[in-house]
Amino acid sequence: MAHASHESQVTVLPPDKEKIKRLWTVAAYLGAITVVEFIIAFTVPHGPLKTVTFVVMTIVKAAYIVGEFMHLKYEAKLLMWSILIPMTFVIWMLVAFVYEGMKISSAHF
Amino acid sequence: MAHSTTTVSAPGRDVWDGGVSPMGVSYGKLMMWFFLLSDAFTFSGLLVTYGLVRSAHNAYTGAVDAFTFSHSYWPIPERVFDAVPFLHGVTLPLVFVGIMTFVLIMSSVTMVLAVEAGHRMDRKAVEKWMLWTILGGLTFLGCQAWEWTHFIVGTDTGTVIKELSNGNWVERTIFGANLHENQYGPPDFADFFFFITGFHGFHVFSGVLLNFLIYYNTVTGLYERRGHYEMVEKVGLYWHFVDLVWVFVFTFFYLV
Repeated sequence: MAHASHESQVTVLPPDKEKIKRLWTVAAYLGAITVVEFIIAFTVPHGPLKTVTFVVMTIVKAAYIVGEFMHLKYEAKLLMWSILIPMTFVIWMLVAFVYEGMKISSAHF
Repeated sequence: MAHSTTTVSAPGRDVWDGGVSPMGVSYGKLMMWFFLLSDAFTFSGLLVTYGLVRSAHNAYTGAVDAFTFSHSYWPIPERVFDAVPFLHGVTLPLVFVGIMTFVLIMSSVTMVLAVEAGHRMDRKAVEKWMLWTILGGLTFLGCQAWEWTHFIVGTDTGTVIKELSNGNWVERTIFGANLHENQYGPPDFADFFFFITGFHGFHVFSGVLLNFLIYYNTVTGLYERRGHYEMVEKVGLYWHFVDLVWVFVFTFFYLV
């Protein structure tokens, strides 16, 4: 009895319509970008331009997921930069290693 | 006035004395963020190595329609991943992996809706959205199991390779791929497929287990008694990260 009365004390707030609408909008953006990626994959010939386009679109998708779904955009700025700044090392690593790979390729073939 | 002076300037009383959350988040959430940062480095290591090895191989330069499997160049992903369950023999490049991407994005949406419901202390809604999220995760794992099986078993005709055996060049047909043989191209291609999608799949698997734990604790009313649903948020961060990694795997492994 005491238990049941305790549970009824929890106040359930009504859904935040605006927030839910924004989440579905972000989901629609993610879906739309993926569809565009598909169209590009089968219409644009392979080359550096295509690769750059895909990378840019991927970063846009990643920004939506991290910023909105993971809520990082709305956290303290110190937390946001503590996560984002270390990731710049990955960009450097990617450029360095792919450049190295191309040099290996031109030495072999 | 006197009160505020004592709290600020009393010797030894500052942010390190406790009672303050650095960066405005709880300990658990901050640690989840730093774990995800380290996990991001691990996945970056795998994907960057893929970039290195791929760019060190000969690229296929001919027409897409004329593409055949060969060990002498890196394969075009759209010609490797072109099968869909129950449609045997039909060429549908990247369609199945597109479905998998869609499933994972949707399960990320249902997860964030569960977090929103948790903020409102709406137990029934948290249960509903957690179940959808778990279903999405299990669907993705099922798809991946099929994708792996197809990749390992190989195509109907296989690929004929030439190899040196007792000093003579002999021809042999190989089907599918494993860690040292690959009908689709250089063995490295299959190795990266198994390691990258496997490591991601293991994360999805762990995520489904964690999601189930959260669902169980919600149903038993643990978070309601605790007065907040922060655990849903923390596991939610992990689940979105799994989706985030897939976005990169999809681009670098299947599209580029």
